[in-house]
Amino acid sequence: MARDSQAALVALNRFGFGARGGASGDLVNAASDPRGFVKAELARPFGVLLEAPGLQSTPQLGQAAFAYQDQVKQAREAAKAATPTEAPVPPAEQKPDNQLRRNLSLDTVMTEIAGQMAETKPADTKPADAMKPDSAPPGAAAPAAAKPAQPLNVIQKIFRTEALARLQRAMLVDCGFTERLVVFWSNHFCISASKGELARMWAGAFEREAIRPHVLGRFADMLKAVEQHPAMLFFLDNQQSLGPDSRAGQNRKRGLNENLAREIMELHTLGVGGGYTQEDVTSLARIITGWTFAGRKGQIGAPGSFAFNANAHQPGPQVLLGKTYEANGLAQGEAALADIARHPSTANFIATKFARHFVADDPPPALVARLRDVFVRTDGDLKAVATALVDSDEAWMAPLTKMRSPYDFLVASGRLLARVPEDPGFYLNSLNLLGQPLWTPAGPNGFPDTAAAWAAPEGMKLRLDIASQMGARLGPNIDPLDLLEFAAGDAASAETRRTIERAESRQQALALLLMSPELQRR
Amino acid sequence: MIDCVENRLLTSRRGLLLGGASFAAWAYLPKFARAADGRDPRMVVVILRGALDGLATVAPVGDPDYAGLHGSIALAADGAHPAIKLDGFFALHPEMPEFARMYRDQRAAVIHAVSTPYRDRSHFDGQDVLESGYAGPGRVQSGWLNRALEALPRGERVSSGLAVGPTTPLVLRGNAPTVGWAPVALPQADDDTAMRLVDLYRHRDPVLASALSQGLQLEKAATGDDMKPKPGNQVAQMRQVARGAAKLMAADDGPRIAALAFDGWDTHANEGGPVGRLAFLLGGLDGALAEFESGLGDRWRDTIVVVATEFGRTARINGTDGTDHGTGTIALLAGGAVKGGRVISDWPGLKPANLYEGRDLKPTTDLRSVIKGVLQGQFDLSDQVLAQTVFPDSAGAGPMKGLVA
Repeated sequence: MARDSQAALVALNRFGFGARGGASGDLVNAASDPRGFVKAELARPFGVLLEAPGLQSTPQLGQAAFAYQDQVKQAREAAKAATPTEAPVPPAEQKPDNQLRRNLSLDTVMTEIAGQMAETKPADTKPADAMKPDSAPPGAAAPAAAKPAQPLNVIQKIFRTEALARLQRAMLVDCGFTERLVVFWSNHFCISASKGELARMWAGAFEREAIRPHVLGRFADMLKAVEQHPAMLFFLDNQQSLGPDSRAGQNRKRGLNENLAREIMELHTLGVGGGYTQEDVTSLARIITGWTFAGRKGQIGAPGSFAFNANAHQPGPQVLLGKTYEANGLAQGEAALADIARHPSTANFIATKFARHFVADDPPPALVARLRDVFVRTDGDLKAVATALVDSDEAWMAPLTKMRSPYDFLVASGRLLARVPEDPGFYLNSLNLLGQPLWTPAGPNGFPDTAAAWAAPEGMKLRLDIASQMGARLGPNIDPLDLLEFAAGDAASAETRRTIERAESRQQALALLLMSPELQRR
Repeated sequence: MIDCVENRLLTSRRGLLLGGASFAAWAYLPKFARAADGRDPRMVVVILRGALDGLATVAPVGDPDYAGLHGSIALAADGAHPAIKLDGFFALHPEMPEFARMYRDQRAAVIHAVSTPYRDRSHFDGQDVLESGYAGPGRVQSGWLNRALEALPRGERVSSGLAVGPTTPLVLRGNAPTVGWAPVALPQADDDTAMRLVDLYRHRDPVLASALSQGLQLEKAATGDDMKPKPGNQVAQMRQVARGAAKLMAADDGPRIAALAFDGWDTHANEGGPVGRLAFLLGGLDGALAEFESGLGDRWRDTIVVVATEFGRTARINGTDGTDHGTGTIALLAGGAVKGGRVISDWPGLKPANLYEGRDLKPTTDLRSVIKGVLQGQFDLSDQVLAQTVFPDSAGAGPMKGLVA
């Protein structure tokens, strides 16, 4: 095993989520056939899907969100009626039904209705979580002071359910390569839950429905699924964009919003400098007018589902990237996306980003070129691209210079401790602290993907604090030196081994192990 | 992407701030900080990420084409929420009374129709150019403020650091050491564990050793009751970050040169005019400036706050009562050292033929000239250093004179 334990580290850490503790034998298995260990998951495309009790479809979730918003509104109006001294809501504040704004001072409203909510669960607060051994380390309750002791609303509950399902999957998978692919593509096509209630409600479903089915499928299919998903349409405002000459545009005197069109080309496909102009952005914006989701009244489809609203669609042919797309309703945009998906700039952009994520901030040019060629030759077969990455020599020879992201770090730590969480609280709080709040990047470009971004001074200090918390809850039967064997075996450096051996307590030893270069670098 | 509702889900102060604001400062005092003339200049750079609509913040109400272009969100000199008159042509957003007061006292100025040399419309490239100080995107290793620090004589190390968030804004990243600070909201690792880990990193991973050592020092350095976690919306956070920063910068041994960034200015839809979403954010910015003024006390006299954004927004509103990515915008200067009470602009006009690419306010002033003018006025940096090191290849954009009182 000695000869291959370094390759096992690459298999487990560069491609996967790290070795599981306990009797998994991950390190031994990875060492005996590193490439095979990684590629085994690629042969099971259905294994990428995530279905679990309590996970609902986007329309179901949308309808639950609408119902919740209606409930809040009614409670608010009831409260207003009870205290007539307050200023009435001016009619101008009424919004179209599918875009009820979230700034209704929900804090106040939710306090008022807290007693009426059917699903109240007063015990579900932070301090209570901390009592459960698998949910949060002792001491994690300290920040709870900042959290209002209110019952969770349905949107928060759904978000936590989705988060828990994703975390449990990450803890249980063998290598974790396909889950890492999910995280990569989910960040590439990110939405942000901070956009509003619908985005928070749909964040998990978006990943399950638009990302997971295509992680080992075709890029063009993923692109279409993403850009037609209500969560993305909401996140980048396309449900508000109307063709200036469409019936709705004329009636409502509103028009284009370029947000989604620009990010499709800049962030999702061609990349900056990928050969598009401002005219192309505007043209694509026109082409995808009418791509929206049905609101609570269900006038254009089942509430909360994708819909093509012909009344909002800009009529006429459009020229995009030098090609004319005839007026053809929804198919006009689908044809445009299909062409963008196989544009040479897209292949280059995706290949570079993919190699940067897995191998190095400055990936080997030959590797990028090979991935790009595979992407082009297979018409965007993402399984073929992933396979080419694992088959490459570069991915196995490049030094482990990448930093684990906060999410990778927390998942890898949980796996090594063989703890499957029953509550996502500790993970969600830690991700917030470390600057990678789940499904909530600051902008549509997603979280950063360079080593420097995650190795900043403040971030390293916080990681150490969190590692210490995990150390403090070390169970009585776990020896950190055993964990070092599970995680790195004889690939561990003498210095790391000595540092752990000489720690003043097993708790300290675990914190040091979790922070060691062997567990931080990938 | 502001969402007050989300606050309850982010259980830490630091988590909150990561989404909305970040702050970092130079780790050293400039050597001339206590020079004989008693002048002790301070400078704060505020980056507004997302592209501020300059035409909605300082409105050219005297331009006959303005109201038509900005449509439903245009500011007006009269009506229920009148804009604050700055001169015979420009008027300030009504949510910025503090800045208006500073302007009347000649301690604040506006530079209009300004932009970096960047002419495309990607946020991320635009922010790279704004913060890196290079003429084009893709140069993200160091920021212009950091390179300016490298040209300053280095005095004592500051005894307290400040920064919010695990990352330093690009504008202040580079060779010159910086400090950061964020409030503590969770139990910390003990010193012994930290030292053992630093020792391991020193042997195995020097990059991580350096990062962790710095992180440990910052945490020790930061103190102050005002910086304890508190709940609040984004506007409250902007004020709070500014208040904390001002408190530390006011100290005799506190940092003199700092940068912070506020997110959330990308107003594609329902931007709002005198009231609404942008108004909400501008109120936060105005409050932050007021916090700097009050928190710096006597030091405000020697301070300049520079507010800048990556580019402007379309002159004409889009189809969703917002504005899309544009070009020309504004920069704001505030502080006792500003020679203010002026809107400085070579106004290009808003006739269709005068708009950049037929859609954006045409930039007539290079933002680098403005920043160079401030750096030169505050810190005596030479034309040559400014044109070669701080803003490489920018000799064509000379320092704007007379910005500093």
